[in-house]
Amino acid sequence: MEQDSNAQTATPSKVIGVATQRIDAPLKTTGTAVYTSDHHLPGMVYAWPVTATISRGTILSVDASEAQSMPGVLAVYTHKNIGPLYRTPPTVGFSMRQQEHRPPLENLEVYYYGQYVAVAVAQTMEQARAAAEAIKVTYQPETPNVATKLLGTPLTTPGMHPGSHRGDAAAAFAQAPVKHDAVYSSPAETHNPIELHATVADYRDGKYTLYETSQAVVNHRDVMAAVLGVPPGNVRVITRFLGSGFGGKLWPWPHSALAAACSHNLQRPVKLVISRSMMFESVGHRPAIEQQIQLGAETNGKLTAIVQNYVNHTSMIDDYAEGCGEATPLLYSCANLKITSGLARRNVGTPTAMRGPGAVPGLWALESAMDELAWQLKMDPVQLRLLNEPAVDESNGKPFSSRHLKECLTVGAEKFGWSQRKPAIGSMKNAQGATLGWGVAACSWGAMRSDAETMVELLANGRARVTCGTQDIGGGTYTIFAQLVSHETGLPLNKIDVALGDTKLPPGPVSGGSWTTATVIPAVLQATQNAVRSLLMLAASSPDGYFAGSHAADMEMSDGFVQPKGQPAKRVAFGEILGRANVKAVFGNAKSEGTLGRETKYSFHSFGAHFVEITWQPEIARLRVSRVVTVIDAGRMINPRPARNQIEGAIVMGVGMAMLEDTQYDPRSGAPINANLADYLLPVNADCPKIDVTFLDYPDYHLDALGARGVGEIGLAGVAPAIAGAVYHATGIRVRSLPIRIEDLLAAPQTASA
Amino acid sequence: MQLFELITAQNVAGAVKEQAASPTAQQGASVRFIAGGTNLVDCMKLNVETPRRLVDINGLPLDTIEKLPDGSVKIGALARNSDVAQSDLIRTQFPVLSQAILSGATGQLRNMASTAGNLLQKTRCVYYRDRAYACNKRAPGSGCSAIGGYNRNLAILGTSEHCIASNPSDQNVALMALDATIHISGVNGQRSVPIAAFYLLPGSTPEKETVLLPGDLITHVTVPALPSGSKSLYVKLRDRASYEFALASTAVVLKTRQGKIEHVRVALGGVGAIPWRSHEAERALVGHAPNAENFRKAAEAALKQARPQSQNAFKVELAKRCIVHTLTQAAQLA
Repeated sequence: MEQDSNAQTATPSKVIGVATQRIDAPLKTTGTAVYTSDHHLPGMVYAWPVTATISRGTILSVDASEAQSMPGVLAVYTHKNIGPLYRTPPTVGFSMRQQEHRPPLENLEVYYYGQYVAVAVAQTMEQARAAAEAIKVTYQPETPNVATKLLGTPLTTPGMHPGSHRGDAAAAFAQAPVKHDAVYSSPAETHNPIELHATVADYRDGKYTLYETSQAVVNHRDVMAAVLGVPPGNVRVITRFLGSGFGGKLWPWPHSALAAACSHNLQRPVKLVISRSMMFESVGHRPAIEQQIQLGAETNGKLTAIVQNYVNHTSMIDDYAEGCGEATPLLYSCANLKITSGLARRNVGTPTAMRGPGAVPGLWALESAMDELAWQLKMDPVQLRLLNEPAVDESNGKPFSSRHLKECLTVGAEKFGWSQRKPAIGSMKNAQGATLGWGVAACSWGAMRSDAETMVELLANGRARVTCGTQDIGGGTYTIFAQLVSHETGLPLNKIDVALGDTKLPPGPVSGGSWTTATVIPAVLQATQNAVRSLLMLAASSPDGYFAGSHAADMEMSDGFVQPKGQPAKRVAFGEILGRANVKAVFGNAKSEGTLGRETKYSFHSFGAHFVEITWQPEIARLRVSRVVTVIDAGRMINPRPARNQIEGAIVMGVGMAMLEDTQYDPRSGAPINANLADYLLPVNADCPKIDVTFLDYPDYHLDALGARGVGEIGLAGVAPAIAGAVYHATGIRVRSLPIRIEDLLAAPQTASA
Repeated sequence: MQLFELITAQNVAGAVKEQAASPTAQQGASVRFIAGGTNLVDCMKLNVETPRRLVDINGLPLDTIEKLPDGSVKIGALARNSDVAQSDLIRTQFPVLSQAILSGATGQLRNMASTAGNLLQKTRCVYYRDRAYACNKRAPGSGCSAIGGYNRNLAILGTSEHCIASNPSDQNVALMALDATIHISGVNGQRSVPIAAFYLLPGSTPEKETVLLPGDLITHVTVPALPSGSKSLYVKLRDRASYEFALASTAVVLKTRQGKIEHVRVALGGVGAIPWRSHEAERALVGHAPNAENFRKAAEAALKQARPQSQNAFKVELAKRCIVHTLTQAAQLA
C-alpha cells in the first residue's frame, strides 16, 4: 500500500537532488575554517573551571590562597564573587531553551560530580589550569544515588505520566493469544564530538560577543541575555563552524555563563574550553533508561496491544524527559496502545537530547520486542512488520504526508539478500566458518519545519549572498543554502556566498530535530524570488539600462543572467544591470512560518529499515558487525552526498550504541568514571561495517516546495535493535540491556573452531 | 601539569647520574627519563606523575635492532614500537612480538612509543589516573578505589587486597613468552635482569612495579633465539576492533616434536597485575600432545588462581578461550 497523498515526480533542477561537494570543504580540509576555540582576541585570557569531586553534598570551604599567588593568575571566582547570574524565566512556545537552569556557582550545593564550584582565570591556559588544580575545596558529602535501576524506583511525580493511548491496552494484552513482555535498558550515553565545548567571551561597552560551540545561536543569545541580565540586543552569539554536536550543543551549558561572567568581571576577552572529562559531566548526556514493552498479538501476527512504560533518569535539579514514546504510536497498526513514563532523580548532570532523542532509545525497545515477538510467532520479522502496516497515523487519525516503510523493508530485504536467511539459531556461516547472524529493524523520525527568516542579496560584483542566523553543525547546511539560491537564480555555487552562525543575521532555526533543511527552504526560496523580482524591476526601470522600457513581468532571471522571457540571446549578466544603474545590491527578505507547534493536516514522519549482519566467533567470543543495508524514506534529498554521510555516520554510531557506549557512574563517588576516549568506547575505523544506503527519495511536497524532510537523526534509530536481533540469530542469546558485551555472550554455545 | 625542567642527556652515564638524584625510580620519581612520552606526558597532564626534571634520552644511541653472534636479537631501549614491529628480524624470528606491538595503541602512538617506555607502561586503572580517588599505587596507603568500583578492565591474577590494577602492555606479554632479558645501566654499572624477575607483584607495595633503582636506565632488551622449529603467536581479545587495551590476550611460543610439546611458553595480557607468564599452563603442556583437550587443561591451570572482581568475572572464561585459541592456532602454523 502506497501512502502518499502528494505523490508526484520531483521538480527538475540542476542543483537540487544533485550530489554536491560541501562548499566549505576546502576551508575544512585545509585547516582554515575558524572554529570557536580558534578565536584569539587581543588581550584574551583563559578560564579553567574547578569541578566538584563529590556528586552530592555541600561546599564547606574554598581556599584559593595558593592559586591566587601563582604565576599569571588574574582572578579566582566562586559563588561569592562571580557576580549576578540569573535563572531564565518560563517562556511560551519554543524559545529560551535551556537544560540546566541553575546558573553556575549559584550556591554551595553540589548536585552532581563535575559541577562547577569555582573558576580560575590566568594569562595562559596552563596557568589557569594549574591554578584551578591548586584551589582546595572541602565538602560535606552525602551518599549519592546513581543507581541504574529505574523502573519501580521513586519518581518525580506520584505516578507514571500518561502518554499516547487508544483502546484498552491492558485488557487487550491480557486477552492476547500471543504475548511478549520484557524490560529493555540502555545506559547513559555521552556526546563525544571531537570539538570540545568552548566559549570565547568578549565583554565591552556593556555588550557581550560570545563565540560559542552552539547548534542554536539565536536561542543561545536569548538564554545568555536572560542569564546575564541584559537585553538580547546586547548579546551577539557566533558559531561559524561546529566540530559536531549530536544534540549536546543545542542548548547553553553553564561554562558559557562562566566565561561571560569572567569577561565581564575582568573587562577582557576570556576563552574557556572544557576538557574531555568535563564533556561527560556538565554538558548533558542521553539518560539511562528502562522500558517495559508488552506486545499482544493474534496467532497470525496481527498486533492487538502495545504497552510501553519507561523511566529515564534525570538530574536532581532539572526535569529532562527522553520521550521514548515518540515513534511507538504510529509505527504499527494496533487498536490498543498505552504509553506511560516517569523521571527518576539521580546525582548526575542534567541529561539532554542526543541524536534522535526519544525515538532512538524508544525504538531500541519496541523493535527488539517486535523481533522477539516474531521469534515467538515463528514468523519472519520482515513479514511481521509488513503485516502491521497502518493506513493512517493511528495516534491522531491523520493521513501520513508520505510513508513508504513497506518499500524500505522490501527494497532492503532484496538488497541484503534476506530471502537466503536460515532462521535456525547459529545455522549460518561465512566462508571462514564464523557464525553469521542477521537482524532487521524499522525506524522512524518526525519531520517538521520551524520558523525562519533569511535575506538574499544580488550584488553588483555578480555574486549572491544569503544570510541566516542558523548554523552549519557539519551536516552541510552552508551548501544547502547555496543550492537553494542557485536553484532560483541559476547562479553557479561558486558565485554564492553563505553567511550563517551569527545572531546579527536574520533569525534562523536551531540545528536540531533534523528540520533545518526543510525549515529554511521556504524562506530562502522566497527571499531569492524577492531579490530576483527587485532585480527585474531595476532592470526594467533604469532609464539608461539594458532593458529600458520593458516590464519586469516580461523578464526573467536564468543561469545568472537577466533576459526577456525565453530570449537568452538578449541576456545580460545581472551584475551589469546593477552596475549600470549604480546600485550596489538588490535585496530579498523572507520569513516563513513552520509547522512546529501548529496544527497540521498530515502526520509528517520519515521512515527506514536496517538489515544487519553480524559475525560471531564463539571460540574467542568475538562479535563484529560486518554488513548493514539501510533504506531511508526521508523525502527528497536536496544534497544526496552529505545526506549519505549522515546515514552512514549514524549507522556507525549505532554500532557504538549497540556494542560499546556506556557512561559508567562510580557507585560511591557518582563520577562518570570512564570519562575519556580510551575507556568510553566508540567505534573506530576497524569497527565500521560495510554500509549500503539507499534513499527512496519520494518528495514530500506537503512539508515544503522541494519535498525535503531531513536525515540527521533517523539513521541511528533502529540500528541497535537490528544488531541485537542479529546477535540472537547467531548466538541464541537475547540481550535486552545495552551495550551488548562479551560477558553477555560467553554463555552462547561454542562450536568447534574452524 | 606542574612546572618541570627539561634537560638533554649527553650520554648514558650522564642520564644515570641525573636520575639517581631522585629518591626512587618508581611511582612519584622526581626525575624521569623521557623517550616517546606517550605515557609519561599523559600521566603528567593528569598530575599523576609530577617530576620536577625530565631527562630527554632521545639523543642517546640506543635505538638499533640487531642480531648478536649468539643468535639473539638486541633491541635498543629507544627503538620505536613501529620500527620493532616492522623489523624483518623481528617479524621472521619473533612474530609474536611484532603481532603484539601492532595490536596495541594506534599507528601514531607506536611511531613515538619506545621499547623501554613500553616496558614501564602504567596501568589504565581509572582510579590510578585520577587524583580525586584513593589509590595505593599512586598514593601509598590511601586505599584501593577499584575494589568494588569500576574494575571491568583490571586484573584477576597476581593482585592483592591493596591493588588490582592490570598491566596494559601487549609488547611485554610477548617479551615474557620470549624469555627476554632487560639490560640496565645504573649507578653501580651494568646489569641484566630476566624479564621474569623484572616486574614486582603489587603485594603491599603496589607503587613499586619493577626492580629499577634510582639512576637505572634500561639500555636494551635481548631476546634469545627460539628453539629451532618453534612457532609463536599473539592473540588479543577486546570489545572493539582496534585502539583498546586487552580484556585478555595470549602470547604463545610452541615447539612440538614427534607429536609431543617439547617447548612452550604461555604468557597472558589484560588479566595480570604484571605481564603474566603462566608456568601452570606450560607445565600442563610440556610432554603432552598438542590437542584441544590438553589446551583446555592448560587454560584451566592458568586461571586456577584467578581472583575476579565485581565486574570482571567474565575474564576468567575469556582468558581460557584466548589460551585455547592461541595454542590451537599456533599448533596449526605451518
